[in-house]
Amino acid sequence: MKNTVTAYFNRSAERTVVQRRSIGKYGLLLAFILLCVLLSLLTPRFLTVANLTIIVTQVSINALLAFGVTFVILTGGIDLSLGSMVAVTGVVAATFAHPDTYPLVVPIGVGLLAGVLFGALNGFVITRSRVAPFIVTLGTMTIGRGLALIISKGRPISNLSDGFNFIGGGHLFGIPFPIIILLIAFGVCSLILNKTVLGRYIYAIGGNEQAARASGIQVSRVKMWVYTISGLLAAVAGIVLTSRITTGQPNAGVGFELSAIAAAIIGGTSTSGGSGTMAGTFIGALLIGVISNGLDLLNVTSYYQQVVMGAIIIGAVVLDGLNRKRL
Amino acid sequence: MSHSPDYLLSVQGLSKSFAGVRALDQVQFQLRRGEVHALMGENGAGKSTFMRILVGLETADAGEVLFEGRPLKMDRQSLRKEISMIHQEMLVVPELTVAQNIFLGKEKKRSLFGFLPGFTNDRTMSAEAEVLLQRLGLELHPDTPMKYLSVAQMQMVEIAKAISNDAKVLIMDEPTSALSDREVAALFTVIEDLRQKGVAIIYISHKMEEIYQLCDTITVLRDGRYIGTRPAAELDKNQLIQMMVGREINDLFPASSARPGEVLLSVRGLSRSGKFINITFEVHRGEVLGIAGLMGAGRTEIARALVGLDKPTAGEVYFKGVLTPIDSPREAIRRGIGYVSEDRKGFGFIPALSVVHNLTLSSLPRHRRGLFISTPSETSAAEAMIRELRIKVAGPDQKVLELSGGNQQKVVLGKVLLTDPELIILDEPTRGIDIGAKQEIYKLITRLTEAGMAVILISSELPELLGLCDRVLVVSKGRQTALLSKEEITQETIMKHAMEFSKPADLLLNEE
Repeated sequence: MKNTVTAYFNRSAERTVVQRRSIGKYGLLLAFILLCVLLSLLTPRFLTVANLTIIVTQVSINALLAFGVTFVILTGGIDLSLGSMVAVTGVVAATFAHPDTYPLVVPIGVGLLAGVLFGALNGFVITRSRVAPFIVTLGTMTIGRGLALIISKGRPISNLSDGFNFIGGGHLFGIPFPIIILLIAFGVCSLILNKTVLGRYIYAIGGNEQAARASGIQVSRVKMWVYTISGLLAAVAGIVLTSRITTGQPNAGVGFELSAIAAAIIGGTSTSGGSGTMAGTFIGALLIGVISNGLDLLNVTSYYQQVVMGAIIIGAVVLDGLNRKRL
Repeated sequence: MSHSPDYLLSVQGLSKSFAGVRALDQVQFQLRRGEVHALMGENGAGKSTFMRILVGLETADAGEVLFEGRPLKMDRQSLRKEISMIHQEMLVVPELTVAQNIFLGKEKKRSLFGFLPGFTNDRTMSAEAEVLLQRLGLELHPDTPMKYLSVAQMQMVEIAKAISNDAKVLIMDEPTSALSDREVAALFTVIEDLRQKGVAIIYISHKMEEIYQLCDTITVLRDGRYIGTRPAAELDKNQLIQMMVGREINDLFPASSARPGEVLLSVRGLSRSGKFINITFEVHRGEVLGIAGLMGAGRTEIARALVGLDKPTAGEVYFKGVLTPIDSPREAIRRGIGYVSEDRKGFGFIPALSVVHNLTLSSLPRHRRGLFISTPSETSAAEAMIRELRIKVAGPDQKVLELSGGNQQKVVLGKVLLTDPELIILDEPTRGIDIGAKQEIYKLITRLTEAGMAVILISSELPELLGLCDRVLVVSKGRQTALLSKEEITQETIMKHAMEFSKPADLLLNEE
């Protein structure tokens, strides 16, 4: 059967299509590897197990948020409430995480539930009101920050149980627990995007929402899912962060949404939706982590780091645009 | 053949490749002053690439272009003033006025208080725009915002813009595809007028009638190669088609052995405020029901209401004898009603997805095994459809955007067929696609009805309705004016009923 189909194929065209894909797909990975090689030549402290472990642990929270926002951006939306969701879910989880009060599943479960509800609220308002996601999540960003302050009465919530503090600070088989959570989240998100009907619908809606609807896709339902997943991942990030700093901080996560969006965009996710991958976002997040780590090791002050990071975001998108045009 | 001084535009040996694929191969072309010159060829023949090179949107790999005897630089991307293209998709700024659009990029300037430069001189531009519009016979105020114009009016403004650039060659790519008959007539008058004034027009269209009505000369391209140039008067339709496809196409419409069976769909008093009112008809299995009418008569709106893209405000739809309210496209697909939109890019396919993923988009849950999509199941279904519809693709992972119009349309059709519909609504299924692909779609329609499916065919091409339909519903200004039986279907009866209600429709229901 395969042969009869390939009989229609134009051989030379087939080859060019494959070539094009690989340039776009592996360009970012190549840049990432080159950067790592460069840093390991510049400073011996870069390429050590200890340092690499630190990088991935530090990246984990941003990467978790970036996975969530990748789903959202793929549908052509945006989620600016990520940082506030981190704070709300962290504070909620911390409230139930004092030693000798509730079993560990309670703070985790309630924290995740808070994220799911918050995300679902985003999705509900966006699909019902037809107000732009940018505006809606700008609003819920402020609402969330307020809620975090209300729940915590404006004060950090400390004195958390050892079990809870293990989530962000513990090791399993010598690997920091946040890294394990990160890898599991990456696997699950990749599967959702590449192997499920939901994942395909996400790409379809971002590619052409009208055509997706005309094809029988329930667009509102898919969008509800996407914002809810974003909320759930923000809750995971919020719990990991709270556990790592052993405090529920109502002021935590300010500006996190921007780093997460930056990771997705550096990773090749189109801001207009419809194209991008989880692996790209993962590399984007790692790239941000490696650059800031590398600049630390090279003793570049954090003021300059921000300038460099901003330039890289713009540079990545410009390169991506040039690449697309050449194709 | 060498360059001759009598030609306004003379092209020799023009070649262009994309990623190793030859789009144009040694093309030649001669254009005289004041002539309307048809450029014909199937989709993918290289017409668009050729035109894009002429206006400077694309560079050529090799070849020479002489304009008024002087060579034009072909190796640089720069828009030319002498050669203007009226695009299929309008390039206008909707928020700006007609005059502002015409003078976009070459605004008349003035100084404020005599010393502050850089202000626009709106009054002069308006006045000059008015003169231009009058010259084209357009009754339009130059200060009207562009967004209030009809497609035809926007096209006229584009033409005005080209003339204001002193364009001597105008390229029109399917200019009538979105125009009503009256607007087409107005456009043809303008073309005739331009021709008198010595402007040469390169006219691209798939509509044979237009070509023969308008054009003096016909040049045919096929697979990026120059096939020939003939005076239109010496080339009959069959010869022209033969030049275009490289073979003879006789029986454009296949004979059908389908027999109308039981009633599948029954529509009673269907209305949507401001769009159409009181539409009543039945469709039988094995039948092709045509819907005819002028542009804006409400044909597409009826289809959209039937498939859940719009909500009807009154009326009932019975499917297989059961009252079936359809409130979403998903519901329509689940019930077995498929829809192929007239707007392929807007409602048909997802450009960034592959051919396979587009094909299975509407039937994806069928390929789910547990939580995940089964790739083998999905791929084999899609590949079977690729074979059945003979979709020409470089590979199953190729993006639909890269396909020709005809093949894009086949992908959309394939997507609908993979949902196993019992009724399929085709809205202008052959618009903008070449004659070879057209014939294949006609054959497909016949095959589907022979298999007991029902087809509703909305078309602006009368030969299509005549050749394929068992009955034709005619609408005019949102009202049903006739339901013609097989014997009654003629060009004259369809047109007569399509033009009923010469006054604007006074629809009984109010706008919501």
